[in-house]
This record gives sequence, C-alpha cells and structure tokens, in this order.
Amino acid sequence: MAATETFYDVIRRQGITRRSFTKFCSLTAASLGFGPAGAKAMEQALETKERVPVIWMHGLECTCCSESFIRSAHPLVKDVILSMISLDYDDTIMAAAGKQAEAILEETKQKYKGKYILAVEGNPPLNEDGMFCIDGGRPFVEKLKWMAEDAMAIIAWGACASWGCVQAAKPNPTQATPIDKVIKDKPIIKVPGCPPIAEVMTGVVTYITTFGRLPELDRQGRPQMFYSQRIHDKCYRRPHFDAGQFVEEWDDEGARKGYCLYKMGCKGPTTYNACSTVRWNNGVSFPIQSGHGCIGCSEDGFWDKGSFYDRLTTINQFGIEANADQIGRTAAGVVGAGIVAHAAITAVKRVTTKREKTDA
Amino acid sequence: MSYSETKAADSHGEQAIERKSVYVYEAPVRIWHWVNALAILTLALTGYFIGSPLPAQPGEASANFLMGYIRFTHFAAGQVLAIFLILRVYWAIVGNKHARQIFYVPFWSGRFWSEWLHEVKWYTFLARQPKKYVGHNPLAQFTMFFMVTLPMFFMVITGFALYSEGTGRDSWEYKLFGWVFSIFPNSQDVHTLHHLGMWVILTFVMVHIYVAVREDIMSRQSIISSMISGERLFKDEEED
Repeated sequence: MAATETFYDVIRRQGITRRSFTKFCSLTAASLGFGPAGAKAMEQALETKERVPVIWMHGLECTCCSESFIRSAHPLVKDVILSMISLDYDDTIMAAAGKQAEAILEETKQKYKGKYILAVEGNPPLNEDGMFCIDGGRPFVEKLKWMAEDAMAIIAWGACASWGCVQAAKPNPTQATPIDKVIKDKPIIKVPGCPPIAEVMTGVVTYITTFGRLPELDRQGRPQMFYSQRIHDKCYRRPHFDAGQFVEEWDDEGARKGYCLYKMGCKGPTTYNACSTVRWNNGVSFPIQSGHGCIGCSEDGFWDKGSFYDRLTTINQFGIEANADQIGRTAAGVVGAGIVAHAAITAVKRVTTKREKTDA
Repeated sequence: MSYSETKAADSHGEQAIERKSVYVYEAPVRIWHWVNALAILTLALTGYFIGSPLPAQPGEASANFLMGYIRFTHFAAGQVLAIFLILRVYWAIVGNKHARQIFYVPFWSGRFWSEWLHEVKWYTFLARQPKKYVGHNPLAQFTMFFMVTLPMFFMVITGFALYSEGTGRDSWEYKLFGWVFSIFPNSQDVHTLHHLGMWVILTFVMVHIYVAVREDIMSRQSIISSMISGERLFKDEEED
C-alpha cells in the first residue's frame, strides 16, 4: 500500500539508482536556493517520509500546465516527481476512467483526510451555477469545493487557477473565477504562468513533499523563491535597457543586435517569474532570448491590459481605447485651450469694464 | 500675523496710497514650493522618457547609460520630493494657519461653500469683484487639495512601491509600500496610474501658473511675489 511506502522505496522500485537519486537531491536543493546541507535534508526526508497523495483536477483550462509539467527538463526530475508524489488522481493522464476514477476521490478524501494536496489546473466558472464546466456529471465548482474540504493545501497551477487567465478575460461570460476567490479556508499556493515553468512546478511540489509545509509565499500567494523578482531584473538584455538601446521595430538593426524589447511592449518590467533565470526546455531559451517581448503571462489579468506590443497600458474605462499619455495629452490640450479662451475673455471683459467705468 | 500699515506723504505733500501687507507664507513653505516645482518638472520630464524612451543610442551597451541616468534622476528627484513633502507636513503642524490650508477642505463649513461658489462665479465672469483672501481662496484650496496634495501623496506612495520592484522584497521600500500590490496585483496597473498621476499634476501646473499670473493682474492682492517674499500685499482699501 502506498501509505506505508517511503519516497525512497518507490524511487528504487522504479529502477532509479542511488546515485541518480543523490544527484536529483543536490540539483533540486540548488535550484531551490538551499545550501549544501539542503540536499542532505532532502535525501533524509525522501528516505523516511511517506509519499504525499496528490489529487490533480482540471477545471476550465487548456492542459498547458500538464504539458509543461510532464516535460520537466531533467528526465530524472520527471521520473522522480511522478513516482515520488502519489499522483492518485489526474483525469487527463490516468488509466482509470468513469466510476472507477471517481471512486479514488472518495477514497482519498476518507483515507488521507487533511493530508493530501489538491492541485488544481484551471478554474471554476460560477455563472449559471457552474454549468459551463461539468466534470463527472456535476459542476466543477462543486467538485472543487468538495475535494478542498479535506485537503492539506491547494496548489493553483497556472494563470487560470491563480488569476483567471483567458477564460476570465473581459467580458468573462462564464464568470470564470480563480481558486482563491472560491476556496477561502485553505492555504493556496499560486504558481502562475501560462503555463508555469516545468522546473518551477516540480520545485514547488518537491518543497512541499520534502518539508511537509508550504514554501514561503509572497503577498500575492506565490512562492517567493521563484516569483520574487521580475523578468526584467535578471534579463540578459538589461544592459541594453540601461544604455537606452531599444528595438524600435521588428527586424531593425537593434532587433538583430539583441537590444532591449521595452519599446516593443515587453512586459518584463512588470512580470514576476523565473523565465530569465530558469528558462524553458531544459534551459534552452525563453521568449526574450528568442527575440520576442515577454507578454506577462504570469500576471493578473494580462489579457485585459491592451496589446502585447504596447508599452503603455490601454485604459478601457474611458470607453474608447486610449493609454495614459493619450488621455493626459487630451486633458492638457483641453485645459490649455480653456486657459487661452479664459485669458481672452478676461482681456475683453477688462477693456469693456474700464470703458463702462469711464463712461460712468 | 502682523499688519504693517504704511501711511506716508512724500516730499511734495502728496499722500501715497495706503497699502496693507500680511506675512502669509513662511520661509519653509516658500522653499518647499520652489523645490517642489523643480522636482515636479524633473520628475515629469524624466518620467515621461521612462515611459516613452528616446531613440536608441548607437554604440556598445557598455559605452552608454542614458536610460540609467534618466532613471537615476527620476529616483533622486522623487526622493527629494518625498522628503520635502514630509517636511511640509511637519510644517503644516508647527507652522502658521496658512501652512495647513492645502491639507484639508472644510466640507462642513457652509461659508466655505458659499465663498467657493463666489470664486467659481468670479472665474466664469459672473461676479464683478473677487473677495479678498489672506491665504488661498476657497476654490484654490479645494483645487490644491484634490490636484496637488492628494496626487502628490499618491505619486509618492506608488512611486516608492514601483521603486521597490527594483530594490527587492527585502527592501524598506517594499516593507513600507508593498501593500500597493495587494490592491493592484499586476504592477502594470500601478505604472499606468502613476503615469496618469503625472498628467493630473501637469494639468494642475498649467492652471496654477495661468491663475497665478491672472490673479496677480486682476485680483485685489499680490500673488506671485508673495511666494518669493512671503508678504501678501493688498491693492485696495475696500472691505471684502
């Protein structure tokens, strides 16, 4: 039975050598920013602790989080993660289906009350009593609440579960709602991104299973270790930003030289994520390195902030699309014209008043 | 407040016109005003170029630091503005009553609103004569509160919050002003609002300069020179 097995037992059973196991521990400890002792502690924990059951549910989503997760760069990471957590339920990739699959939820709820992790990919739509996302014959929102009741903690995978993402973009007809607005009484870890970086996902899971507690979260509920700095802060093109060297249009000289993409609407300066350090696909590249600005996919409401290619945000409240500068210039122009008109009237008034006075 | 009356006859025996002057703006208020004006000018200019940078600089990145200098100037001017704002708040507490005027609007006072209305009429050419005020007139007080005092605090708070994005989560800026990001989780919104704040203040500056010049000519008291000498000079003898 999985409950009596330790992580290490499972890892060995999967045919992973002790050597690879040690390598994984030091690699993960390094990526989480721990010292040399961290790897040892991690090893110890994996050798003695019981596996943590994980229930992975899918609401309104595109499965890009799962796609990212299963591509976790280091093959070893994938192997270990998929064996080390006891992924008891994931309707997208599990073998069981139908009633068989749903029975696992009931079983986990009873057997591991308060001990399992609920990983949620996507979010529940609340409009029409949640009818826009039916899962196993009932609205997803009900299933989510039901499984959240006895969970130890909830991981909100991706921008959907964390912020709402594209299905919550204006006008949000299904009223898609991020997890933390639906579940209020459980600790929630937001791992935003569309999708989040694979190593970030496995890193978060490893942290929880290793230490039996949640990583330190920031003000928005994101793990500090991956989301405390902006793309901009660690961007390799940052020297060009400070030098004032920008790509002015696609395919210009600056674009070829790898100048800063700030003017092309790069959202790096307002996006908190680990792309510029961890990068993607086994550390091969990330959007900016490939010559395209960051679109800010791990930020709240990134679909509703105007074009991906404009530096200044579109402000929709004004009815017509405009940005801060257009609004400001218009206001300044109107006021300026007002001042000129006012000054003119003042002058005319003054002359006429004087005339009246002299007449009198 | 001391009235100094000058009643003098010149050598030809002609009596000069009587003028009353009052000491209104104390030195700290005047210094703050001009430092503030300079800081706002610097901040608006550099801030605009941070949002819409100048054309790309040629040469190696190592030989250029234009954006760095612009941002440094912006941050330095911002720190100066913030410190002077704190000093100004201090002076509002210990200074004379005119030093307090731009920090509140007496919503509760019926007289304030009737005089406010009179000022509106004066500016819309419906009233023939403006009233006399030692400090700011009610409309000026109202406008300054909503277009300078509040926006300045807003700009300082959002400014330091944005600055904390660079200085990091352990910085005092983040500890003090990080709560801004609890209200606006996406700092892009804070950037936009900070940008709009600039336009609010710039619009005020336009109106402020125009009205100061106009009042200096049209009204019954000195305006521009008062912010240099601190003395408010009344040009006529009539009551109110």
